[in-house]
Amino acid sequence: MKLSGTEIILECLKREKVKVVFGIPGAAIMPLYDMFGKVEKLPFRNILTRHEQGAIHAADGYARATGEVGVCISTSGPGATNLVTGLANAHLDSVPLVALTGQVPTNMVGNDAFQEVDITGITIPITKNNYIARKVEDLAAIIKEAFYIARSGRPGPVLVDLPKDVQLAECIFKYPDRVIRRGYKPSVKGHIKQIRLAVEKISGSTRPVIITGGGVINGNASDELQKLACKTNIPVVNTFMGAGSFPENNHLYVGMLGMYGQYLANKVTSSADLIIALGTRFDDRITGNLTQFCPNAEIIHIDIDPAEIGKNISVKIPIVGDLKNILHQMNSHIAERKNTEWLNEIREIKQGICLNTEDNDSNLRPKYIIKCINEFFKGEAIIVTDVGQHQMWAANYCQFIHPRTFISSGGLGTMGFGLPAAIGAKIGNPKKPVICISGDGSFQMNIQELATAIYNKIPIIVILMNNGYLGMVRQLQELFCDRRYVSTSLSGNPDFVKIVEGYGGTGFRVNNKEHFSSIFKKAVELEQFVLIDCQIPQEENNFPMVQPGSSINNMIGVEES
Amino acid sequence: MKHTIAILVEDQPGVMVRVASLFTRRGFNIESIAVGHSEKPGISRMTIITSGDEKVLEQITKQLNKLIDIIRVRDISPQNVIERELVLVKVHTDSLSVRAEIIQLVEIFKAKVVYVERNTLTIEMSGDEEKINGLLELLKPFGIIEIVRTGRIAIARSKKNGYL
Repeated sequence: MKLSGTEIILECLKREKVKVVFGIPGAAIMPLYDMFGKVEKLPFRNILTRHEQGAIHAADGYARATGEVGVCISTSGPGATNLVTGLANAHLDSVPLVALTGQVPTNMVGNDAFQEVDITGITIPITKNNYIARKVEDLAAIIKEAFYIARSGRPGPVLVDLPKDVQLAECIFKYPDRVIRRGYKPSVKGHIKQIRLAVEKISGSTRPVIITGGGVINGNASDELQKLACKTNIPVVNTFMGAGSFPENNHLYVGMLGMYGQYLANKVTSSADLIIALGTRFDDRITGNLTQFCPNAEIIHIDIDPAEIGKNISVKIPIVGDLKNILHQMNSHIAERKNTEWLNEIREIKQGICLNTEDNDSNLRPKYIIKCINEFFKGEAIIVTDVGQHQMWAANYCQFIHPRTFISSGGLGTMGFGLPAAIGAKIGNPKKPVICISGDGSFQMNIQELATAIYNKIPIIVILMNNGYLGMVRQLQELFCDRRYVSTSLSGNPDFVKIVEGYGGTGFRVNNKEHFSSIFKKAVELEQFVLIDCQIPQEENNFPMVQPGSSINNMIGVEES
Repeated sequence: MKHTIAILVEDQPGVMVRVASLFTRRGFNIESIAVGHSEKPGISRMTIITSGDEKVLEQITKQLNKLIDIIRVRDISPQNVIERELVLVKVHTDSLSVRAEIIQLVEIFKAKVVYVERNTLTIEMSGDEEKINGLLELLKPFGIIEIVRTGRIAIARSKKNGYL
């Protein structure tokens, strides 16, 4: 029996077990949306967002929170270009996404038709792969391949461009059993010789440190990581992307590494003699000044992407492959050890650190807000953030004990990510509480998604850390530009409570500790969309921090006794 | 240092753009690029001349390998391969004596005259870069009107050190 292009797409999505799609219709994608209306029962949930960027970030949040491929749909032209930021965001953080975009009919492609853009051309550098389906006969194989490539190896976003006539054309539907691409064979098993070398190296080290990256979460390798650490008593630092990969309540956990990381983590990592880097790409926010990064350490680097090995830093023992598989092999070869001396030394370093984080007044400060969240949820909630100071406060102070509970734009640093990503995360995990920590700057970059959340009755609590500034940039201006606050004041901010109420949701404004505690409790009990506008001190800073270009061992805002 | 990179790619629209975009975005240098069908249907062969130290070369190879449409990538050493480039060059010939002199050069270089007009000669030559540059250098004083070069291609000398 012949099926139309849109029927084929629907059937493919069903077979890929897609549970939800996020998107906005338009002329060139009308046939697909029309098919959603024609079928008796749509096999997945169809969420209308209010901006295509919202759709792709929602799909991204869904993918990060569940580990499944996120799907978003847009029309051609501006609909497709509105996905660009979201694709780059997912690409840099290795998030599996499939973006379906409408395109003008094939006979008009290249003629600058209405709402035509070369979206495959535009997105080459920010997708793992992309396709334009020129014939309906190719459609099923392309979609199958798109899902396979998005989720396998190092995950990433894949875009499929769908000309309108291809959506309407018909052919016999045949779904391929598997994908065979001679140019794409991600390696899974680590080289056994390299694994043995790594085990030997670890046994011979005296001050080893494990650094975890997003790859531990993507590779579902948290259990194996815990086994390795506990068997060998090696201290662990999480990178920002690795937050949640190793439980922060484990005694071997040292802290978050990096520019806005914790002093202890940076200090301990800097004095290591062996770094075991798992699924991390030595981003500049992690290493600080590269030449001064871990001067006395040799590095074992395990990653599924061979191109990450040796890209930023020279590596003694590289292992390419699936982290879960490799760690499992390492665990069966490695000997138990106590590491008492090194762990004692770390304890001593810790005791010598004095952080200036006094919080004795009644002012509502970020640290207190997050303390309340921690006490209430004990690491069992999903924390989604936007980008800026609040993001670093969240990363530093929230307690993460499970993978996929910290969802944040790491590589691209996309303001406006938080609200839509929280919507996606909540749809993927209806039983888990989802808290969106945002700032007054970021929140306004996708504020229209309030409609999506409130209309669809998606119970998220938004903690808006409102300091009336683009706070992260303001902090840098304070420190490095003699407090010339150019273009960072957000005078003219709306009344966020009224905005939320205007969309039919519930909002509160709080400005002191006691008030926050009671409102937060109330918000949790309401089990509906709630925004809490938290008036925090305007010039609250993110400390300690590493000055750009400096060594991570050298932080501002910390004293050592 | 200069390197010759041999690549097998799927014969699909957009492959050249993907390769070129990768080189541009990551700041890798392309000196020449040549592409054509291979002995297998559906697969094209690309030869890229680039430069960089060992670390850069490693990244070029690894990043190219990440492209789904790229089947295989190899940095081939000049000792084991035969490299050729094709050039077409049009030169002024003001007088009969000049024409004779040019034809003599053409013979020495084992090149070929492929088109003659009253005032011009069009010459075809293939060879390695050095030889081609040698001929062009000698033709320069006569007045070169136009040069068209293909970019370098390369093939392994024997099956044993076959490059792909």
